[in-house]
Amino acid sequence: MKILVCMKQVPQKDAPLKLNEAGTWIREDVSYEVNEPDAFALEEALRQKEKHGGEVVAITAGPARSQQVLREALAKGADRAIHLEDAGFVGLDALNVARALAAAIKDEQFDLIFTGLQSDDQGYAQTGVVLAELLGWPHATIIMQIERTGDGIRVKRELEAGFFQFVDMPLPAVLTIQSGINKLRYATLIGIKQAKNKPMRKVTMAEVQPALGPNLQKVERLHVPQKTRNTEFLEGAPAEIAKKLVDKLRNEARVL
Amino acid sequence: MATVSATPKSKISGGSFLLENRSASDVFTPEDFTEQHQLIAQTAEDFAANEIVPNIEKMEHKDFSISRDLLKKAGELGLSSAEIPEVYGGMELDKVTASIIADHIAKYAGFATTWGGHTGIGTLPIVYFGSEEQKKKYLPRLASGEIVGAYALSEASSGSDALNCRARAELSADGKYYVLNGEKMWITNAGFADLFTVFAKIGGEKFTAFLVEKTFPGFSIGAEEHKMGIRGSSTCPLILNDCQAPVENVLGEIGKGHVIAFNILNVGRFKLGAMCVGGARVSLENAVQYAKQRKAFGKVIADFGLVREKIASMAALIFVGESLVYRTVGMMDDALSQIDKHAPGADKETRKAIEEYAVECSIIKVWGSEMIDYVVDETVQIYGGYGFVEEYPAERAYRDARINRIFEGTNEINRLIIAGFLLKRAASGQLPLMPAIKKLMDEVMSGASTEDFEGPLSEERKLVSSAKNLTLFAAGVASQKYMQSIQDQQEVMGAIADMVIEVYAMESATLRAQKIAEQSASSAMLPIAMTRVYLSQAMEKMESAARKVVAAAADGDTLRAQSAILRRLAKHDPINTIQLRQEISQKVIERGKYALN
Ligand SMILES: Cc1cc2nc3c(=O)[nH]c(=O)nc-3n(C[C@H](O)[C@H](O)[C@H](O)COP(=O)(O)OP(=O)(O)OC[C@H]3O[C@@H](n4cnc5c(N)ncnc54)[C@H](O)[C@@H]3O)c2cc1C
Repeated sequence: MKILVCMKQVPQKDAPLKLNEAGTWIREDVSYEVNEPDAFALEEALRQKEKHGGEVVAITAGPARSQQVLREALAKGADRAIHLEDAGFVGLDALNVARALAAAIKDEQFDLIFTGLQSDDQGYAQTGVVLAELLGWPHATIIMQIERTGDGIRVKRELEAGFFQFVDMPLPAVLTIQSGINKLRYATLIGIKQAKNKPMRKVTMAEVQPALGPNLQKVERLHVPQKTRNTEFLEGAPAEIAKKLVDKLRNEARVL
Repeated sequence: MATVSATPKSKISGGSFLLENRSASDVFTPEDFTEQHQLIAQTAEDFAANEIVPNIEKMEHKDFSISRDLLKKAGELGLSSAEIPEVYGGMELDKVTASIIADHIAKYAGFATTWGGHTGIGTLPIVYFGSEEQKKKYLPRLASGEIVGAYALSEASSGSDALNCRARAELSADGKYYVLNGEKMWITNAGFADLFTVFAKIGGEKFTAFLVEKTFPGFSIGAEEHKMGIRGSSTCPLILNDCQAPVENVLGEIGKGHVIAFNILNVGRFKLGAMCVGGARVSLENAVQYAKQRKAFGKVIADFGLVREKIASMAALIFVGESLVYRTVGMMDDALSQIDKHAPGADKETRKAIEEYAVECSIIKVWGSEMIDYVVDETVQIYGGYGFVEEYPAERAYRDARINRIFEGTNEINRLIIAGFLLKRAASGQLPLMPAIKKLMDEVMSGASTEDFEGPLSEERKLVSSAKNLTLFAAGVASQKYMQSIQDQQEVMGAIADMVIEVYAMESATLRAQKIAEQSASSAMLPIAMTRVYLSQAMEKMESAARKVVAAAADGDTLRAQSAILRRLAKHDPINTIQLRQEISQKVIERGKYALN
């Protein structure tokens, strides 16, 4: 099976975020890491390849720094990588990112495309689904398990409240992978050394530009939530306190 | 392959930092890590967090099956063989990588010692001195963690004075093996290691190293020591009772065991420094996390100035430690990259290239081990009563750190190496120390003004330059007084070593901060604050060490004149370190750990 894994570089979970001058996104000078569900998607692709043979290709769209996620993928065992390299990709909405990815792989024939369920930074949970739509492929989301069945696959989806759904699908297909589907491997030092010599195809913004449209979604302004931690002590007789409390819950917290 | 060029681009000679002013672009810093370095750091970090840390309790209680298992896993990932050539199953990576791994694996000192004993003193003797057959036989299995290595030099009656060992070896009547007799003491990994580099004197004279497998007849292991710290590591004596080691297991040349004994410590010491930095980072993180949640007087203790001051000092020290370690290994890698690894004699060239930086390596060892002791001590203090009880990590870290000042050459021995090596180089003309001292003395006499510095951190660079002058001055005064016999003046040598150590630390931090500032002014705020805090305290140490030397070497009018010169050389304006430490601790507390942004 030939599997494409879409991976995104996101700010590290514990990184202190600062807004940029315009207040439209965060400042660049933070530490980055691989989006968590994408790491599980990569791991799943590697496991599928180990079982069924084939090829694993990692793809990302982002500035030069985002090459790091591809190196990590190559170090862990991906065969090659595709880097849509331009700072401009950071500002695209999910539809345009999907269009860019689709354009970059138009000459390739994949059996499966994995994305993470959603990204830790924007959390759209749309890119994979939109990509499937653009390609005219079936898709399934929140995948917890993948098995080959004849010429298709059977996947396990995570639903609410501990329920799961099994879906039989034909190939090719797009799957968005849930964190925890497997146990991540370490990049071995030999893998890290070999990664340097694996092919990495660069795609410029200009090459995919014709496929893009105007952003339908735009971040106008980000706001850092104000810290308003205020402990108020209600005083008086128990009945009095209860009355004040109900009043506050009803009129201030509006939970009653 | 082209022959090695005689004047490589950036080969810097060892100890020359004392005489030459370096620029930021000359030094390697963590900011220069390549993508590969970062990936390896990540693997080591994840391995430590996911595999080592969850097993701490078991290893503390001497479940060494876990330690062996972890060595195997580390071996499989390639974490144990950065310094082993590819042809023998190793990763053959640079010293920066070796240090990065040591730094990140040091999250738990017990296992870090096990790992360090195995990959360092347990394996490197064969890497650098083994015959082709010995390398083929042992290195691939050491690399993979299938077998575990150990190093047996010390004896009950000879630790620092290791060449004075009592263990003996005699050639058997049939000439096929050596018969070893004696005892070794405090051998790391002994409880479960398979292969030991054992030192003994053939005929009671020729100091020689032997590769001894634990299955050789006459070889046995004594009981585990009950230790103050690093209880998660194995430390036992070895008993050699007519132990038979085949002649082909002599390591290196007969009678040349001292070359191995000293070299192996030299080529491994830098990683001990890296581990101290890694351990200190963990300790600071614990301290900060604790300080953020412990309440007293209606506040969290992280709000108190005296607690914040400690946090800031610890963070600044870690910054300096990283700067020292990576600058040094970066220099080594530059030198090593000039060597054709496949040419005959490459092992020797490699050893020589590392030995070139013996002073710097000893500095890292001494400075790093004293730094971590300060950090774990203040961590206990921040934990208060909880710092004194076993349920909290501060207590163990406090005990664990102490050994670092003792093994791999005690800090006293290393101080003597630092001062001694420089004086030896000066005497042989390899290091133009004496001309530099004379020039300085002339300048001092003529009252010539000091050099001017421009650009970022110009004040700090000026201070570093003053520190160098102060050191040269003290060394000059001392060598005038004691001449050749200065080697016997240990206290003076120690004080000079202290100054040399501080110069290297001050300069490494300053150049790193400068490098960061030149790339991005906004990221440099914290590094600069840390550098300034450190420089300020280092200058105080410098001055007091210089005063000690001058007062010992002179008296009366000479002493008064020299003190005046000393004051002039050490002159600097006080800076507001309270404010700087506030800024540093603010950030570190916000992040909950050591961080530069
Ligand atoms: C946990 C642990 C693990 C160890 N692992 C190993 C190992 O794997 N392999 C191995 O071979 N050894 C190992 N050692 C031994 C260690 O290297 C020695 O303990 C160390 O070198 C000091 O030697 P010593 O104990 O004989 O102290 P001594 O040499 O007796 O020193 C005692 C004191 O005197 C000072 N001193 C000694 N000589 C001088 C001098 N010339 N000038 C000034 N001061 C001096 C020392 O600095 C020290 O303060 C280990 C020790 C411990 C505790």
